Parts: sequence; C-alpha cells; structure tokens
Amino acid sequence: MYSEKVMEHFSNPRNVGEVDNASGIGMVGNPACGDIMKLTIKVENDVITDVKFKTFGCGAAIATSSMVTELVKGKGLDEAEKISNATVAEALDGLPPVKMHCSNLAADALHSAIEDYKKKLAEKK
Amino acid sequence: MNKIYFDHNATTPVLGEVFDAIVPFLKDQWGNPSSIHWAGRGTRKAVEDARESVCRLLNCQNVELIFTSTGTEGDNHAIKGAAYANKNKGNHIITTKVEHPAVLNTCKHLAKEGFEVTYLDVDSDGLIDLDALKAAITPKTILITVMFANNETGVIFPIKEIGDIAKERGVLFHTDAVQAAGKVPIDVQSLNVDLLTVSGHKIYGPKGVGALFVKRGVRLVPLIHGGHHERNRRGGTENVAGIVGFGKAAEIAIRDMDKEIEHLKALKDRLEAGLGKIPHIKVNGHLDKRLPNTSNISFEFVEGESLLLNLDMKGIAASSGSACTSGSLEPSHVLVSMGLSHELSHGSVRFSLGKSNTVEEIDYLIEIMPPIVERMRSMSPLYAGAK
Repeated sequence: MYSEKVMEHFSNPRNVGEVDNASGIGMVGNPACGDIMKLTIKVENDVITDVKFKTFGCGAAIATSSMVTELVKGKGLDEAEKISNATVAEALDGLPPVKMHCSNLAADALHSAIEDYKKKLAEKK
Repeated sequence: MNKIYFDHNATTPVLGEVFDAIVPFLKDQWGNPSSIHWAGRGTRKAVEDARESVCRLLNCQNVELIFTSTGTEGDNHAIKGAAYANKNKGNHIITTKVEHPAVLNTCKHLAKEGFEVTYLDVDSDGLIDLDALKAAITPKTILITVMFANNETGVIFPIKEIGDIAKERGVLFHTDAVQAAGKVPIDVQSLNVDLLTVSGHKIYGPKGVGALFVKRGVRLVPLIHGGHHERNRRGGTENVAGIVGFGKAAEIAIRDMDKEIEHLKALKDRLEAGLGKIPHIKVNGHLDKRLPNTSNISFEFVEGESLLLNLDMKGIAASSGSACTSGSLEPSHVLVSMGLSHELSHGSVRFSLGKSNTVEEIDYLIEIMPPIVERMRSMSPLYAGAK
C-alpha cells in the first residue's frame, strides 16, 4: 500500500534526533490520532543549516518526517515556508488516501518550527 | 526470507485435507443439492454430511444449523432476525462495547430503526460485569448479544453465566463465536445459548462460508428471502464446495482440539515470556481467560503500524489495533474500552498463532523484536523522558 519511496524513507530515515541548541522547535499532532512529530531546526543567516526529527507514528508519519528534513536542509527560510504537506507527499510518490490527512503533518511541524524561531528572534530584539 | 504467519485471527490457511475434500465439488460434483435427480443427490448428501460435522463441533442438532456466507451474515441474521421477530415483545438489545463490527454496526443500524441498544462497559481485563448485565435487563429487553471470545485480545467471556441470566429472565442470547470455534470447546446444550455464529475461514476452512446455530423453537425473520433452502430460513443455492470444506475443517478441529490447545498455549506462553523482557510493554486482556492462541501486546512509546511494517520486512505477519491499520482515525475500540491510553492502544500488536507455528518461529520473533522496538523508540518524541 505504500510507495517504494515511502518504504525506503521508513527503513532508512534521514536526520533522526534533535539538533543541539535548536533555533526553533515545532511539535504537532496528538496521541488520539496516533501521530506526534517533533522537528528541530538550526537557522543561520536565514538558512536552515541543520534539521532533525523525532516521530511517534505510522509508516507514513515517519517517511514524511524524514522527507521534509531532506527537502529543507540548506534551504532559505522563504523557500522552506513554501513547502506544504502536499509537496512532501508528492516527493514520496504519493501516500495512500487514508494517510493524506492523518499522517501527513511533517510540513506543519516545519512551519511550526520556523514560527518558533521567528518568535524567539523577535523576543531577542 | 522465511515467511511466518502470526495472524490466524484474521484468517487461516486452508488445510490440505480441506482442499482435497473441496476439489470434487468444484469439478465433477456440480449438481444443485435441491435437485431430486442424479446430479443433485450426491451434493445434497455432501452438504448434510458437512452439516453433521459442524453440528458436532457445537454439539447441536442438524435442524439447528443454517449455513451462511460469512460470520458477518450470521451475526446480521441472528441480531436483526431476533429483533424483528420479537418487536411485539420489546425493542431493547444489550451488547458490549468490544464486539466485532459485524455485531456493533448491526446494533447501530437497529438503533436507527427505533430499537434501543445498551452497550456494556468492560473492565481493564476486557470483561463485563455480570451485575451490570442483570441491571441492564428491562421488561423490553429481547436480545443479549455478547461475543464468545474477543478477536483482538482473545479474552473469553463467561458465556455459561450470561446464558443462565438470559434464560432466567426470558431473553434470547446470541454469541458471536467466530474466534472461539475450533480453538476452545463449545457445547451449546450446556451453555444456554439460543443463537451462535461461526465462520469457516477462521478454522482452516475456505472463505465465503459460515453457519448460524438457531436453537430449536427460536424464531428469526430471515435475512435473505428466497427459496426453500435451509428449511426456508436462508434463501440461495448452497455454496456446496465451501460447505464441504467447512465440514472437513470442523471434523479436523474436533479431532485435533486437545492437541492444538496444548500446542498453542505453549507457544503463546513462550512468546509472552520472551517479549516480556522488553521494558515498557503490556499484555492486554485477562491473562487466564483468554484463547490459547491470541496475544495482544502494547509497546509503549511506539506506534503499531510502524512495528508491523518492520516485522513484515522480516517476513512476519501480525496485526495491530492501531488506527493506521484500520483505515480510521480512531485506535482499537476494544483497547480504548479497556481503559488503555491512546498511546498504548496505538502501540498494540496482535500475534494470533496457529497450527503450523513452531517454537523456532516464536524464538525468531523474540530475537528480532527488541531491536525493532528499540529503534522505533529511539525515534519517538514520547520516549525521551521515560528511559
């Protein structure tokens, strides 16, 4: 039911863990629906220089988390903000329909991490 | 890679002996059992011989067994049939929160038609409170439907006690015995059961055939109207090959039951002792009042489907109460009803063992499971604080 790309990312997830001294932290999902994603980013000169994830969830949740870290590493914040859940699913050659809604939260976690970074930056100023 | 099957509560392989019994009825013996001529006589005998075998599995009489297409049909027939046949007496049905969807959704449908349904709670062991059952019975109660054994946890309900209560209060009692049949002895005579559902493919028979025991004297409105088949109780030309296979499977289940119970219980105990060494796990359901083959285990901090995918990559087939495998957003209604947190419900894996499983297969699972759980936990944001 999953694409080969999803299974490949599920079997060998990229960038698992937490970034030291993260510039921003994004946490989305809830235990009731079975998916929780935590994304930590390091931002230098408006560029995401490092990104890591930790995820409690199904195959789709883990694969989308892994994929979003690949998509944004080294990207500017402007570009990263344009990445949507649909972009992530597309990069994985699609997800089963039932997973599109419940387990496709990785871009939400990314946006939440960027928002957290911006908030912290504003507080510093 | 070796393929290992630990999902026998989902379905079982068709046994060789069963297959051999079926083949003639897909080939040379194609007559309609209702025909009086030479083509039909042989198939009629085959159907009635199979009925005899399934009746022996349940200890009922031949006139008390209706062949159906599936367990789901049997549940629908029993519940709707009893409700419609008794609506002049009352409109109240009692069931539990942990029934199979074939029962739950049939009751929900009847509720839309004006029947009142009480869904009994279960405790953390997955069992109902018999006093709560007694208290729920009103003068309008016409049917109690409680499963024999739960498909997810294997928990066995006190069918004899429920039957006694139902009899005393003059209420019909149906039990979905799809998971129990062939795995534990069933004697409808001593259980005070009025209606009981079984299915062929859960006992090493083919898919597409089941049966409903209807105690002599119990009247049901038919679910499928048609010809005079099954004593006018279920229309439609008999699935002869399926019925013959079901009969053979029932025969083998009776023959091998004691041996199988011992075999399965030993494997399950070995599995639970082995996986029990993994920290932060929980075996779900009453430890003793359980089917010999079913082990439902929650692995805290990880999600069930991701465990299943890892097991599948190693050749092992199991199932999960995780929402992700059910196609809905909700985790197992059975585990949630037992009071498990959402995380634990999502993190459950059901291992349901069968005839062909071996000690070596269990040991292989015990060997590969801890690193899988550890790897998934190392990726889980819930695990960090719990080490």
